[in-house]
Amino acid sequence: MSEAMHVHPEVITTHDVHHNEHHVHHHNETFISKYIFSQDHKTIAKQFLITGIIWAIIGGLFSVLFRLQLGYPDTNFPILETVFGHWAKGGRIAPEFYYALVTMHGTVLVFFVLTAGLSGTFANLLIPLQIGARDMASPFLNMLSYWFFFLASVVMMSSMFIQTGPAAGGWTSYPPLSALGAASIGSKLGMDLWITSMALFVVSSLLGGLNYISTILNLRTKGMGMTRLPLPIWAMFFTAVLGVLSFPVLLSGFILLLFDRNLGTSFYLSDIYVNGQLLPNEGGSAILFQHLFWFLGHPEVYIILLPAMGMVSEILSVNSRKPIFGYMAMLGSLFAITILAFLVWAHHMFVTGLNPFLGSIFVLLTLLIAVPSAIKVFNWLTTLWRGNIRFTPATLFAIGFVSLFISGGLTGIFLGNSTIDIHLHDTMFVVAHFHIVMGVASFFGMFAGVYHWFPKMFGRYMNNTLGYIHFWVTMIGSYLIFWPMHYEGLAGMPRRYLDKSSWVSFSQFGELDKMITVVSIIVFAVQLMFVFNFFYSIYKGRKVRTQNPWGANTLEWTTPIRPGHGNWDGEIPEVHRWPYDYAKDGREFIPQNEPVGPDESKH
Amino acid sequence: MQTFFVVAILVFGFLITFQIAKASEYVAVLRGEEKSRKQSNRVNAFLLLAFLIVGLIGVYYCNVKLKDKILPESASVQGVSIDRMLWITMGLTGVVFFITQILLFWFSYKYQESDNRKPYYFPHNNKLELIWTVIPAISLTVLVTFGLVYWYRITGDAPKDAMIVEVTGKQFGWEFRYPGADKVLGKKYFKNIDEKHENPLGQIWEDTYNHDDVYVAQEMHLVVNRPVKLVIGAKDVIHSVGLPHFRMKMDAVPGTPTTLWFTPRFTTKEMQTKTKNPDFVFELACDQMCGKGHTGMRGVVVVETQEEFDAWMAAKKPQYLVANPQLDPSVKKDSVIAAAITTPH
Repeated sequence: MSEAMHVHPEVITTHDVHHNEHHVHHHNETFISKYIFSQDHKTIAKQFLITGIIWAIIGGLFSVLFRLQLGYPDTNFPILETVFGHWAKGGRIAPEFYYALVTMHGTVLVFFVLTAGLSGTFANLLIPLQIGARDMASPFLNMLSYWFFFLASVVMMSSMFIQTGPAAGGWTSYPPLSALGAASIGSKLGMDLWITSMALFVVSSLLGGLNYISTILNLRTKGMGMTRLPLPIWAMFFTAVLGVLSFPVLLSGFILLLFDRNLGTSFYLSDIYVNGQLLPNEGGSAILFQHLFWFLGHPEVYIILLPAMGMVSEILSVNSRKPIFGYMAMLGSLFAITILAFLVWAHHMFVTGLNPFLGSIFVLLTLLIAVPSAIKVFNWLTTLWRGNIRFTPATLFAIGFVSLFISGGLTGIFLGNSTIDIHLHDTMFVVAHFHIVMGVASFFGMFAGVYHWFPKMFGRYMNNTLGYIHFWVTMIGSYLIFWPMHYEGLAGMPRRYLDKSSWVSFSQFGELDKMITVVSIIVFAVQLMFVFNFFYSIYKGRKVRTQNPWGANTLEWTTPIRPGHGNWDGEIPEVHRWPYDYAKDGREFIPQNEPVGPDESKH
Repeated sequence: MQTFFVVAILVFGFLITFQIAKASEYVAVLRGEEKSRKQSNRVNAFLLLAFLIVGLIGVYYCNVKLKDKILPESASVQGVSIDRMLWITMGLTGVVFFITQILLFWFSYKYQESDNRKPYYFPHNNKLELIWTVIPAISLTVLVTFGLVYWYRITGDAPKDAMIVEVTGKQFGWEFRYPGADKVLGKKYFKNIDEKHENPLGQIWEDTYNHDDVYVAQEMHLVVNRPVKLVIGAKDVIHSVGLPHFRMKMDAVPGTPTTLWFTPRFTTKEMQTKTKNPDFVFELACDQMCGKGHTGMRGVVVVETQEEFDAWMAAKKPQYLVANPQLDPSVKKDSVIAAAITTPH
């Protein structure tokens, strides 16, 4: 360990490319150009992260509210009426409000937190720092990416304060429900605002994604071959590719929906008699929207998951003081997942009347994803094997990620098999599955990233004790909430039911639902503690005094403790090796910028 | 007041936690960061092992508590193979689950940082990679093969003698139509829907196949051991016909009819004895969010013997006659018939 605790100025070698970029800190920065309309990738990363945290609190709070309804359907909570007025008359959550909460919870967490908040933060922070670049390929577009996200946030937020409430058709917003104001109050103005916000979000995502791709391809420092990239960078690269290729399809789906809503077209509408009213639309297909939606929707879950996988690989390797096992296999499996992510979307649609033959192709392709996923899991396990593991909060969250990814990934094998999916589709089993594998697991990846790179972001550490409490409560809580939920699904209990007491088949889980609600409130409270720890530590955390506090090999730890715009004061270091030379030749770690010694062993 | 106390307790608890956390940081600095870091490393390594053990006990306990609350034996022939598929998958994934979770936490505990251990430089090994590519690939092939065999069997064409029932979802309820003696459902067109004039499904009265079709709301009757083919549609938004006891499900999409067939194995009465619950009924649940009344979109399925079914059906009047009472022979017989047929609704 001692080697990790002091700086290695002697290993920083320089070279003469990028010489003319040597202009760090030369221009005068105002408060606005430094903190608001900043073009520094590190500041933009922080903007994404803090906006993501605010959204996560809102989205998490919504889940607490609808969990109250699910756990205590017969209890009045007068405070709800005080806060939400006619949406919770008499302290009881109205069905319209319940569905608005569910919809906003999904939208906010999937898109605003786990897409923008996760890859927005870490792609921005890590790409230039780990590939050895002074900034993104286009810092200006990068800044726009954040501000489009900000606009999307403003529009989405405003939709929560209008008379008819926000969108309430689920985060998937299937038409005709989402297309017809007569079918649901949430499909009135709230839905138009939702579509507008999502369109802005897609723009943000594309600006970001194109930038990440071109930066990774073009701005790598000397010696940084593609196979010397740290795994988070590869993960961000594939994430960006997924986003760039699939978000436009989603946008097209939304635009057609907007037309159906406002211009009288019939892309998704046909043969409708709603609320005593006959609609003229004929010939549309409601299923078309689902194809367009899930063509993004499925890659989206990998957009959420891949960055977490990349960061977990890095953190596990650094903290077990051992190379990541099977770097090329990790890369290959990321690539395989990326390709397959585009070819499995219809597994969300096995029971829509999809042609069974077509369904069978999607079964095959879906279950194929289990192969690269299994490779990743076994490689992580082998990385831990015979390591010398330091349990920082980041490491714990990374281990938690692997555990959750296993649990949630295995239930995917149930759902991806169309035969079983007939029974489990749209039940609580699905809710349990995707929350574990995509929601909580990715959150764990994100937390791991925040704890690990906080010293780089703010030059201070987060409080460890709070970090450990945060991890253990969240880990135990996640399993308590989502593990028993599978049983509700096996009983056939549908998703999105707000009160099961009138059902013979689903009313037997009352006690369980109460337990889940109590646990989710505790887990939510602990997340608030994390948020407190985060903001408190920005100003009052223990100061980082060494350049490379984790003894890591990657380039971000060769920058000053608080790097300015441009990242390296001197020249950008040159890279001589892959990033995972830990425990090699008796050395604890060998940074990437250290030249290969004459008698160094080959691997 | 209660809320206030809860909030106060949370805030208080948080403040205490924070003070302890802060203090432990100072203590760490005083005692030597390296020393206290190593101590918390040991604590966390132990907790990971404890989590594994308690977690595995928890998995067992959860199963004991909840296994009787999931569904009884499948009430349809097709559901039996779905259940079998589920158990095959459960077995296979269960083995993987226990192996990988145990390795994960055991490795974490065993290889916690120690001054005596040198981590092992082990960057890759093609043989290992090959093993854990091929084994999952083979297991998945097994799952896919079984799955698809069952899938094609279940989604294949319904037997010729299958009974036909049309199911229509609407906000927020279910409507059923039986084809009557001619065994053919008459044509319908959504613009003919006219609830005031007793034509809730938009049947075209000119189509004589419609004349004996029977309309029922909320309750579907089926015959035990007789295959039934559901022709599924929706009037307004997407719904989904969920039949948990039969392990069946199919979306109801406005404008795009879908189908589903299965063979009930037990009558409702048999299920009441089997589950020892005299109130047992087969329920039809909407599985696709369809608006504010989604939760209450409940239908009842009654499975009975052929005789019981025939008796039930005999008491029903075709919707054609309900909508055109002047044509009903049991009400009155006169010459309005001809006039009524030429001016249908």
